[in-house]
Amino acid sequence: MDTLYETFKARAEAVSAEVHRFPTQRDAFDFVLGLLQEQGVQDAPGMGALWADGSLLKGSGKKYLANEAVGLSFEVTREAAAQARVGISQMDWAVAATGTLVVDAAQVEQRLVSTLPPIHVALVGSSRLRADLPTVLRQLHPSQTGYISLITGPSRTADIERVLTIGVHGPERLIIVFVDDLERGN
Amino acid sequence: MKTAFRESVNVALNNANLTGALGRFSEAYRIGRAKAYEGIDFEAVREQIKAIKGSAAGHLDELAETFKRNAEARGAVVFRSQDPAEVRQYILDLAKANGVQRIVKSKTMASEEIHLNAHLEAGGMEVEETDLGEWIIQLAGQTPSHMVMPAIHMTKEEVTDVFNSEVEPGQVPEITKLVRFARGKLRAKFLGAEMGISGANIAVAETGSLVIITNEGNARLVTTLPKIHVAIVGIEKLVACFEEIHPILTALPRSATGQLLTSYVSIITGQVPNTDGTPKQLHIILMDNKRSAMAKDPKFKQALQCIRCASCLNVCPVFRLVGGHVFGKTYTGGIGTILTAWFDELKKSEDIQALCIMCGNCKEVCPGKIDIPELILELRRRLAVEQGQGIVQKAVFAVVNNRRVFHAMLRAASVTQKPFAKDGFIRHLPMFLSDLTEFRSLPAIAPVPFRDLFKQIAQPKGKEKAAFYSGCLIDFSYPEMGQAVVEVLNKAGIEVVFPDRQTCCGAPARYSGAYEVAAQNAQDNIEALLAEDVKYVVSACPTCTVALQHEFTATFESLGMKDRLGDAQKLAAKAIDFSTLVKRLVDEGRLTFKEGQDLGKFTYHDSCHLKRTLKASAAPRELLEKAGYQISEMAECDMCCGMGGSYSLKLPELSAPILARKLGNIKAAQAPLAAMDCPGCVMQIRGGFDKDGAQVKVEHTARLLADRLE
Repeated sequence: MDTLYETFKARAEAVSAEVHRFPTQRDAFDFVLGLLQEQGVQDAPGMGALWADGSLLKGSGKKYLANEAVGLSFEVTREAAAQARVGISQMDWAVAATGTLVVDAAQVEQRLVSTLPPIHVALVGSSRLRADLPTVLRQLHPSQTGYISLITGPSRTADIERVLTIGVHGPERLIIVFVDDLERGN
Repeated sequence: MKTAFRESVNVALNNANLTGALGRFSEAYRIGRAKAYEGIDFEAVREQIKAIKGSAAGHLDELAETFKRNAEARGAVVFRSQDPAEVRQYILDLAKANGVQRIVKSKTMASEEIHLNAHLEAGGMEVEETDLGEWIIQLAGQTPSHMVMPAIHMTKEEVTDVFNSEVEPGQVPEITKLVRFARGKLRAKFLGAEMGISGANIAVAETGSLVIITNEGNARLVTTLPKIHVAIVGIEKLVACFEEIHPILTALPRSATGQLLTSYVSIITGQVPNTDGTPKQLHIILMDNKRSAMAKDPKFKQALQCIRCASCLNVCPVFRLVGGHVFGKTYTGGIGTILTAWFDELKKSEDIQALCIMCGNCKEVCPGKIDIPELILELRRRLAVEQGQGIVQKAVFAVVNNRRVFHAMLRAASVTQKPFAKDGFIRHLPMFLSDLTEFRSLPAIAPVPFRDLFKQIAQPKGKEKAAFYSGCLIDFSYPEMGQAVVEVLNKAGIEVVFPDRQTCCGAPARYSGAYEVAAQNAQDNIEALLAEDVKYVVSACPTCTVALQHEFTATFESLGMKDRLGDAQKLAAKAIDFSTLVKRLVDEGRLTFKEGQDLGKFTYHDSCHLKRTLKASAAPRELLEKAGYQISEMAECDMCCGMGGSYSLKLPELSAPILARKLGNIKAAQAPLAAMDCPGCVMQIRGGFDKDGAQVKVEHTARLLADRLE
C-alpha cells in the first residue's frame, strides 16, 4: 500500500496534481474545508463550491460539511457548475503506475464538478489504489456504466509554441485526497 | 515533381519559425519519448498492437456489425457509411432535424478528412473547433500542420494576431493569457452548443464503447454539455475486445507526446443522461472511405495498424524541415503520405512521397509496427507503373541496367571530369548541375577503379573464401576503401575474390519505384556472386548489404517472381556487412589489434541502413575503440546525413539542411575524426566539410582499422 501510494504520488505530482493523504474522513473533510476557506469560497457568483454525491456524503458527513462551510452546495446543476470555483467529487479507483484516477461518471453531476470549475478536489479511499489500469478496468467495466472517466493531472495544453500551460478547458488545479478509513467506493 | 510543389518546399524551408519550432520539438521529442517508455518493453507492446489491429483489419465488416449491435443495445444510433458525402449529409440532416444551430467539436481527423466543417457551415451551422490548436488554425483559415500539434507552425505573436483580428482586439503575446482568453471564449461556446462532434481513438466492438483521449478536457465537455453527441470514427479504430485497449493506451500517449497517459481518457458506452436528465442522443458514424479496400490490399493492409500518434512525423528528418503543410494533406508525414494516397487518391501522393529519404527512422518508432518506408516505396512503384518513369530517369536506368555501358561511362567520366576535379573533389559543376555542388563537394571519379586495382592484390590461398561486393561508390570513387576491406580479410586468412560481373545493387532503381530495373540488377548480381563457392559475400556499403540481404527477395516478391527467390535467399544468407564480419573475426581470435595505440577521439555516425536494417551499431564502435580510438558520441548520431542515394541529387534543397545539422552535431562532439561505415555518408559528409572548411577527418571504418590490425 505505502509503495503504491508513493508511486501514485510521484506520478501524479509529475503531471502537476497535488496529492494528500489523511487517516480519517473527518481529517479529509477538515482539509477540504480549509481549502474552501483559503479559496474564499462563499455564496456569490463564481465563488461557490459544489460537491457531487458519493459514499463519503452518506451518514453524518454531509451534515457536518453543510454546517461548517459557507458557499458549499450539494445540488449539482449545469448552471451551478459553470459558476463554481471549486468542484468536489469522489473517485472509485486510483492507479499507481500513471497517477490516474478512475471514476464511473455516467451520472452527469460527476462530470460537471470535475470539468467546469477551475479547481477539482478528488477524494478517494486509500484502499481503492491499484498498481495498474488493466486491474482497475476489470473491476469497472463498460458493461456496468456508460461513461468511465480517467483523470491524470489537471487540464493541459502545449498547442502554442509547445509551451506547457495548465488549465485550458478543464480544471487548472487537481487536488487529490486519499482517505484511509474509507472502505467503499461510490 | 511539380514546380508549385517545389516552390512550397522552398517557402517552408525559408520559414524560420516553422523549421525552428519543428527542429526544437524533434530534439525534445526523442528525449521525452525515451523517458516515457522507461520500464516498458516497446517491442512487446507494438507486437501486441500489430496483432490486435492487424486482426481487426482482417475483420472490419464483422467488427463494425458487432460494434453496431452492442452500441445500439445501449441506446446509441450507429450509422455505417462508405462515402464521405453521405457522412456529411447525415450530420447536417441530423442537426437540422433537431433545430441545431451551434456545434462544438473536439478533435477528429476523420472530420478533417471529409472537410466536414465547410459543409456544415454552408448548411447554416456555426461550427467551433475546441482543441486549442485546431481552434487557432480554424480562425486563421488554415489546415493542421501536424496530426497531434495542429498549430505548431505558428508563433505566439501570430496566434495573437489571429485572436485580435478574428475574435477580439487587445490580446497580447503571452501564452498563459492567450490560453486563458481561449478558455473564456470557448467556455461560452460549449455551454451554448446544441450538438457536440468528436472523433474516437479506439472503438471497442465487444462493448460498443468509444475511447476518447485528450489533454485539454475539451472532449469531456463536447460529450457532456450538448444534448446530441456525434462521434465520427474511421473503421480502422475498431478493436475486438475491451482488454485490447490497454496496449494502445500504453503506446499512444507515450509515442505522441511523451506522456504516460493523457490528462483525460473517456470511455463512452451508449446513452448517458444530459444535464437536464433527458437521455443524450448518441450517434456514432463508422466511416469506411476506402479503409476496407485498403484492408484487402496485401501490401497496404498494415497501414490500418496506425494509432495516429504522429511519431513518424516527429522523427522524420524531412518533416522537421518542411512541416505538414508541405509534407501531406489532412494526414501528414510518412503515414500521411500513405493515407493520402488511399483516402484521397494515388495521384495526390505523387509529390509528397518523393520527400521520403528512406532513412527508416519512422519504422523504428512506429507503435503499430508499420513498415512506412516500404509502403512509400510501394506507392512509388505503383505511381511509376501508372504514370511511367520520367524520360531522363528512364535513360539513366537504361544505362545503369547495362553493366558494360554503365562501367564504360564511369571510366569515361574520370577523364571528362578533369576540368572540374581537384584534390579528389569536384567543387563546382556548370549550369543545372550546380545545385549538386553548392552545399557539398562531390568526390572525383578515381583514375583507376577498384575492379582494376583488385587484380594487383595477391590473394592468400586459404580454406575460406569471401566475395567482395564493392558497390558503385567504392568501385569508382573510393577504391581505397575496397583495398582496406581486402587487406583486413586477408589478415584473417580469408581469400577474397571479386566477381567481375557484379553490377549496381539496384537501390537507386528500387528507391525510384523502378522495380523491373532493380529486379534485373538483382538477377545479374545473384548470378555473379553465386558463381563461386564462397562462405561470405562482404560489402562495405550498408545500402548494398541491405540490397543483398533483404531487397533482392523483396523486389522479386513484389513482382511475383517466385522462381527467383531461392537463389536470392541463398545469396542473402551469405551477405554480411564489413564491421559485423570483422567483429566476428576478432571475437574468434582470427584478427588481433596492435597493442598500445592511443589514436585520440572519434565520433561515430550511424548510417541509416546499417543501424536500422542491419542492426550493426555496436560492432563498429567496439572495433574502433579496440583499435585505440576513444568515442565521443554526437547528438542524433543515428539521424540521416541527407545523402539518401539519389535523394541528394533529386532534392538538394532538402539534402543540404539535413547535412548542415549533421555537420553541426559532428563539430559539437569535438572529435577530429568522424567514422562511419557507408561510402555514401562519407561522400556526403566529407563533401560537406570540404565546403564548410572545418578540420574534421571523415573516414570509413575499414580504412581506420586496416593498418591497426596485426
